[in-house]
Amino acid sequence: MLSAEVKNKYELVIGLEVHAQLLTQSKMYTSDSTEYGNLPNTHISVITLGHPGTLPKVNRKAVEFAIKMGLACDCEITRHNIFARKNYFYPDLPKGYQITQDKNPICVGGIVPITMPDGSKKTVALTRIHMEEDAGKSMHLAGEVDTLVDFNRAGVPLIEIVSEPDMRSSDEAYAYLVEIKKLVRYLDICDGNMEEGSLRCDANVSVMLKGSTEYGKKVEVKNMNSFRNVVRAIEHEFERQVEMAEANIEIISETRTFDAATGLTASMRTKEDLNDYRYFPEPDLSPVIVSEEWLESVKASMPALPRELHHKFINQYGLSEYDAGVLTDSKEIALYYEEVCLFTKNYKGAANWVMGPVKSYLNELTLHISDFPISAKSLAELIGIIDEGKISFSVASQKVYPEMLLSKTKRPIEIAQDLNLIQESDEGSLMPIIETVLSENAAKVVEYRSGKKGLMAMFMGQVMKKSQGKADPKVATKLLTEILEN
Amino acid sequence: MEKFLSFDDITKSLENRETDCKAIVNYYLQNIQTKAHLNAFVEVYKDSALAQAAKVDEKIASGKAGRLAGMVVGIKDVLVYKDHESNASSKILKGFKSQFTATAVQRLIDEDAIIIGRLNCDEFGMGSSNENSAHGKVLNAADETRVPGGSSGGSAVAVQANLCTVSLGTDTGGSVRQPAAFTGLVGIKPTYSRVSRWGLIAYASSFDTIGVLSRNVRDNALVMEIMAGTDNFDSTASKKPVPHYSELLHFGKRAKIAFITETIESEALQPEIKANTLAVLKKLKEEGHQVEEVHFPLLKYTLPTYYILTTAEASSNLSRFDGVKYGHRSPNAHNLESMYKLTRSEGFGDEVKRRIMLGTFVLSASYYDAYFTKAQKVRRLIKEYTEEVLNKFDYIIMPTTPSTAFKFGEHRNDPVAMYLEDLFTVQASVSGVPALSLPNGTDSKGLPIGIQIMANSFKEAELYAFGNYLMELNSN
Repeated sequence: MLSAEVKNKYELVIGLEVHAQLLTQSKMYTSDSTEYGNLPNTHISVITLGHPGTLPKVNRKAVEFAIKMGLACDCEITRHNIFARKNYFYPDLPKGYQITQDKNPICVGGIVPITMPDGSKKTVALTRIHMEEDAGKSMHLAGEVDTLVDFNRAGVPLIEIVSEPDMRSSDEAYAYLVEIKKLVRYLDICDGNMEEGSLRCDANVSVMLKGSTEYGKKVEVKNMNSFRNVVRAIEHEFERQVEMAEANIEIISETRTFDAATGLTASMRTKEDLNDYRYFPEPDLSPVIVSEEWLESVKASMPALPRELHHKFINQYGLSEYDAGVLTDSKEIALYYEEVCLFTKNYKGAANWVMGPVKSYLNELTLHISDFPISAKSLAELIGIIDEGKISFSVASQKVYPEMLLSKTKRPIEIAQDLNLIQESDEGSLMPIIETVLSENAAKVVEYRSGKKGLMAMFMGQVMKKSQGKADPKVATKLLTEILEN
Repeated sequence: MEKFLSFDDITKSLENRETDCKAIVNYYLQNIQTKAHLNAFVEVYKDSALAQAAKVDEKIASGKAGRLAGMVVGIKDVLVYKDHESNASSKILKGFKSQFTATAVQRLIDEDAIIIGRLNCDEFGMGSSNENSAHGKVLNAADETRVPGGSSGGSAVAVQANLCTVSLGTDTGGSVRQPAAFTGLVGIKPTYSRVSRWGLIAYASSFDTIGVLSRNVRDNALVMEIMAGTDNFDSTASKKPVPHYSELLHFGKRAKIAFITETIESEALQPEIKANTLAVLKKLKEEGHQVEEVHFPLLKYTLPTYYILTTAEASSNLSRFDGVKYGHRSPNAHNLESMYKLTRSEGFGDEVKRRIMLGTFVLSASYYDAYFTKAQKVRRLIKEYTEEVLNKFDYIIMPTTPSTAFKFGEHRNDPVAMYLEDLFTVQASVSGVPALSLPNGTDSKGLPIGIQIMANSFKEAELYAFGNYLMELNSN
């Protein structure tokens, strides 16, 4: 193990390449379905299989999805898009080349702002986002001598989001991935599931002495199938490269693969035997022109972005940075909260309800907010009757809310009435209860009046008990005080 | 006696009820059998052609026949036809049956053309003599010791020997025009993108076109107007409307014609071809057309440009033939790498291997800019120059080929000499403009000579009309 002192001499430099599988119905260059989890080789037309004489055709939806991601990251959108062929042989690559973009990616530049756990902020610059197609899957089945290939995934649209080497710790890489996942889910262009491979990440890692302006030789690490493993792989690479630097061993540019079982990386190939992909413009596709009209219509279809909602929740609804962060973590929760705010002005109260009882119900039953039985309007009504003093928060959360979860049709006020939970704030109806309590506890009244003010809580408890919890505590306290102090 | 020498002949015979489609197909089947030694056909679709003929006869009887009813068409073995084998004359596609039909072929079938079989060609369209074919060489019916030209050699001989009414070929650098010249036929390379490439087994995607070989201009124009036009399956196909070429054959204007000095004065040009070409130019002048000499200093760069770009595209286009999904897979392979190496070594012929290697080289990182990027730039210059001339002139005229049909094996040991066969045809291919080759007499050995006319992009109607006029002028 390296000492903290040694590690501290070095700066870790990370750039990430994230592949996101797009949620289009059909493939990048054919009308074959992109559905996941079907029997092998059931979504394979002659185009997917690269039969002789076939030609690709660009899926405009996929282009729109790529543009959306670009707009969300403030990229410049390329208007004249030329595709390119990346040539290499592999059995899961039906044409012997992948149709991708080389010299003019659909999105150029751009930024991804990230927030660290301590609340500090940073901006990661993007190099580019380009469109391409996925490959099939090689399968090594037990008891089967040959390797088999499933081409269902071949041709599924991907975008590759390439960052600048702007990250300086594995925590930053993690925060960046969280942000990318959040973005693609907000945009509804990718389900963001890294375990299932719909989000994939390669990390370019290098080290340099602190204060140096020249990056070290970069090592590309592949095969991490979770955010956690990206962090582990980066941390291992940092240790490995610092050890090499300390031992004066030259670090070589190479591709390494991460082994989740050991947490180590191992060399796959060095630069010398790197593939020469022989990129050249794809002659089988006419250029895709992004017209002003098209771009405007994509812009118009953009949903609110997490950072926009975050900003709005703080500035318009007066929430704390933390609350805004929790609520914008997931698009659906944020949108639900926004909807509740349409029906109530008690934004903070609404935030507490969504972050508290709503989220814990969903977590407990592992439900999605779309399955949540209480409409935003009903929840706002519940908040409203608390604010009006008709019921207390504890009665609302313990008695009314559970009923609302069961009954979709009853309004909260009706439930409160049916359960006889409306607070007694009418002095006339509270007075007899208070008088009874005081007369039953005459000795305590004397004690109170002689200075034992702490007995107030006991009187209140009795009043609440006799009113079956319906007494409005504020009114009851006021009446009790008035009588006892006179 | 030779029959059915033009589609007009066929239509009249059908109208007069002297014959029916079945008889026409049988006539061609008989010819194919008699001339089997020419090796033009790779496969004859006897049963399906006769079945189709019966269907068309019914349609004729009920007055519902399409515009090509009675036309019998042979297709080059690089155009796919559903449920039929397509090999691109390569061992690597042995046994491969397509699951769909090329758009160009389908459009002919939709107008009741009858597909009689597939025609021999150079492997993947790479060659100028039809000697590079897994199906063996094709003999020129004008002199059976000579090549028919290539790569659409089978398509040329099939029409030359009257084995079908017209044939489809493909032209990437001259593969329709050169064999048309060698066999005395009319052959067109349309504007790039005029005909959908869906179903054309690719050689060089940004050059490949589907053309027609016929005995006369009218048949050629008719087939082209039916094949051409926008296609949902090919995003590079032009969306421009297609004029009815066959109804626009009347030519009644004074034309401005350019001839390129560097072609007429080329050292490679056979003197008899030069004389015939000059004679045509003289005749045109006498008829009152404006004929002017222009210079094309880039002529010597057209072939290198063509070979760099087409081999680059070919090296990538042919990567899919890897033994994984269809076609030949070496039985001797023992792992992935040996499967690739053995399958491709066994499956491809020498010329295809040569071009894959050339193309891989010019695309490799260290040579990309020196070759591929430079060739792209020169391509643009050639295109701009050609269009500039064609903005000033209606047509450019030049010989189709430097020589008439040569003997088998003549260029066996010198691929560059073979590449020179394309010297005059690649200009139109590199520029994308349409070009028509017409028969222009014979040399002292009786071998056909071709003359080539180029027009600006999408001027096929003007090209056919002028071609028709020139044929009439030549026959007088």
